[in-house]
Amino acid sequence: MPTSASTLPAVPMPARLTLRAHWQDRLAQGLLLASCVALALFLLAPLAMILIKSVQDKDGVFVGLQQFREYLATPALKESIWNTLWVSTSVTLIVVPLAFVYAYALTRSCMRGKGALRVIALTPILAPSLLSAISFIQWFGTQGLLKFMLGGASIYGPIGIIMSAVYATFPHALMIVLTALLLSDGRLYEVAESLRTPTWRKFFTITLPGAKYGLVSAAMVVFSYTVSDFGIPKVIGGNFNILAIDIFKQVIGQQNFNKGAVVGLILLLPVLLAFIVDWSMQGRLHAQFSARAVPYVPKRSPWFDTSMFAYCCIVSLLLLLVLGMAIYTSFIKLWPYDKSFSLRHYTYGLIDAGVISSFFNSLEMALYVALFGTIFIFGVAYLLEKTRGMPLAKSALRLLAAMPMAVPGMVLGLGYILFFNHPDNPLNGMYHTMTILVLATIVHYYTSSHLTAVTALKALDNEFEAVSASLKVPFYKTFFRVTVPVCLPAILDIGRYLFVNAMVTISAVVFLYSPTTQLAAVAILNMDEAGEVGAAAAMATLIVVSSTLVCVAYALLTRFLLTRTQQWRVAHAS
Amino acid sequence: MSLHCRPVNVSHSSPTEQTFLHVAGITKRFGKFEALREIDLDVGRGELVVFLGPSGCGKTTLLRIIAGLETQDAGTIVQDGRDVSRLPAIKRDYGIVFQSYALFPNLTIHDNVAYGLVNRRQGRKLIESRVRELLMLVGLPDSGAKYPGQMSGGQQQRIALARALATSPGLLLLDEPLSALDAIERVRLRGEIRALQQRLAVTTVMVTHDQEEALSMADRIVVMNAGRIEQVGTPREIYSAPGTPFVADFVGKINMLTAIAESGGRCRVGSLSLAIAKSGLVPGTAIRLYLRPEEIGIHANGAAPAGALPARIAKVEFLGAFCLVGLELAGDDVPVLVANVPRQVVDGAGLASGLNVRISLPPEAMRVLG
Repeated sequence: MPTSASTLPAVPMPARLTLRAHWQDRLAQGLLLASCVALALFLLAPLAMILIKSVQDKDGVFVGLQQFREYLATPALKESIWNTLWVSTSVTLIVVPLAFVYAYALTRSCMRGKGALRVIALTPILAPSLLSAISFIQWFGTQGLLKFMLGGASIYGPIGIIMSAVYATFPHALMIVLTALLLSDGRLYEVAESLRTPTWRKFFTITLPGAKYGLVSAAMVVFSYTVSDFGIPKVIGGNFNILAIDIFKQVIGQQNFNKGAVVGLILLLPVLLAFIVDWSMQGRLHAQFSARAVPYVPKRSPWFDTSMFAYCCIVSLLLLLVLGMAIYTSFIKLWPYDKSFSLRHYTYGLIDAGVISSFFNSLEMALYVALFGTIFIFGVAYLLEKTRGMPLAKSALRLLAAMPMAVPGMVLGLGYILFFNHPDNPLNGMYHTMTILVLATIVHYYTSSHLTAVTALKALDNEFEAVSASLKVPFYKTFFRVTVPVCLPAILDIGRYLFVNAMVTISAVVFLYSPTTQLAAVAILNMDEAGEVGAAAAMATLIVVSSTLVCVAYALLTRFLLTRTQQWRVAHAS
Repeated sequence: MSLHCRPVNVSHSSPTEQTFLHVAGITKRFGKFEALREIDLDVGRGELVVFLGPSGCGKTTLLRIIAGLETQDAGTIVQDGRDVSRLPAIKRDYGIVFQSYALFPNLTIHDNVAYGLVNRRQGRKLIESRVRELLMLVGLPDSGAKYPGQMSGGQQQRIALARALATSPGLLLLDEPLSALDAIERVRLRGEIRALQQRLAVTTVMVTHDQEEALSMADRIVVMNAGRIEQVGTPREIYSAPGTPFVADFVGKINMLTAIAESGGRCRVGSLSLAIAKSGLVPGTAIRLYLRPEEIGIHANGAAPAGALPARIAKVEFLGAFCLVGLELAGDDVPVLVANVPRQVVDGAGLASGLNVRISLPPEAMRVLG
């Protein structure tokens, strides 16, 4: 028996009905649009300028692919494409297995000292990439203690770049692989156990497939990092040409912005490719992880635990030797001739020489980046995830938020000069200011922070906003009273991430600073160039110390919040 | 074709004085998928109406449209004489409870319940007494200082109910409120919610896929399927007089027999001829007969009424208070029937598989549907 409703003939659909917008909806939608405009202005427009400049000559006349042809016709420049690719591939092939075994030891063994070993492995994140280059020069350079180990080969060149990049990228790879291994489901191992599966077969049928996407993702991150990094090859690369150095030479050395734009686009390609691979893997990594997975609990196995412990100790020791050498260099008079303790690199080299101001510039910038970056990034993620309507603007915003990861810092920086230094741009007053450094850095590190915010927001009940509306509470009240407090750990995490990266960043800002806004990492570069290795090491040490302090403060604050203001979380756990 | 008249007028009528919520012509598409088509429904003041249907039937979408959380493509909603069709959620007047509770985890129970009150700039004392009153109402008077994470699922759902009722909304919406709870808590809470709803006389719309929940709580049930309303009626009407084959199948267990109408109030099932209460069918029409398992009478010891049919017990499935008895009718091309018999009757009559019995199929209990 059909109802009377369904027997009605299909009536032609009237114009789509919309709800009358409340001013609060208008507010949210306005903010969403403003965010779109902001990202378009500070990300899309600079990138578009690179595209435009790459097909123009110096006088702004359209020349098509002429610039590309000229670039590829220069043998030395063509060589740097090949150099960039093989060096980055080598670094990836070395770091990923190293990090995998380390992560495997941390998750699958019962060795002692896991906490300390994990912290030590992550220390390279606190240092600018230049620090490792300086340190390797001290160890293996012309005056190096271990020079004999290279058997006549020079550290200045691909060997030095690869070693330094391995050091700098190790923690990034480790964190990704560690997450992949931690997400694995312990029940799979229990089932395998009950089916009497030998250990090696469990490794190849459960562990490795489970970590597969994590490994690919780690490889892509390491590859992109090495392709884009400019500090390491500048310090330790000698005459070895790679793309990141080429851009620098074209832009700073020859003031040839059009050629710089061409190299920038070429540099963009491998990173973009790695990004696309990584992005498609990310989705599968999370799809694989079921909410009801039971964490794997390792069992004792003396031989295995001991060998894993030995491996981790050796890797940690090597990492500490790199960091230690830089710190040591900053506290002695002159390596290797006068090894007596001295603070002269700090007092004379930094303070008297006036370079210390760049350290304070870095601190200032990192604080602004952490503060404004966190507010903007979390706010945008909230508008994306928790407000209704504007599907088109939201898709655009999602794409814009994902893009920065695919853009090397130097390319972004170049885009900023081209766009903001353009005489017709009303915003060109921003060029050479602290503001532009802060903006470039926020945009450069946008994607990771955005993902952290989105993950935290997705974990919240989707109906909080609906409940608030039914209780006639404006959405922004619920945002401040519920969303922000519940997401506070993630928000602090974003702030710390932005701060630490802003302290060490060099590639995005190397084109953008002015004499009054010079940053610490740039100062290291300049001092190293001037032969002031001790002072450069002292500056690097200051960066490590301040980043460490922020991380410790973050850890304490998080713990304090968990025990005090977030009582409900503890209550939940008990 | 149904014999049974529809208790609610589902045509486009204007709302009567007793009607609190008037829904007319609601249509909603998600891309090519037609989630709701031309839904018309009236809910009376103080009534508890349950939307019942399988997942994907559109029941939750309809509830969310009533709440203003989704926007209908066409149709109007009039609540308490006010056209709310195009009002945003925040401008409508309802309280809502979700399956996930959606309690704010970082606020205490007290602050959760007071969440909507604080915004109305009421005096602190007034808020305090209202919160106390509500916590009392849901039977958790001493839990104000706790956090949601410290309470069981059933307690959290009571708090969510208190929060929804705090602002004394004209309409209470319940979206599968009991689905996340375990069986015992579910049965307990459904009784509590119903009692509370009747005490406060608040007009309530609840969505569920659980027919038992719908039958036990509702004043009226709206059975939905594939974006349409199949039938509207009291639980008794829905159960004993299903209006469509879908309703007959979806609500409760039922035997279905395909038959050919004959003259004289009879029909043919395989080689058997059965009496039916419905007359006026054109002989030769294919029809379907629906019969509830508990309507079948089993006579084991000879004393069978006239017209009883010979059958053999195929199996007896023990279910506690009741047994399901599988019956093979004697004859060609006849279906296996399932009867629902109280355990005492099964034991008393010694029903067991293999036993030959006679069964009666009461004509007035057999629903004829197209």
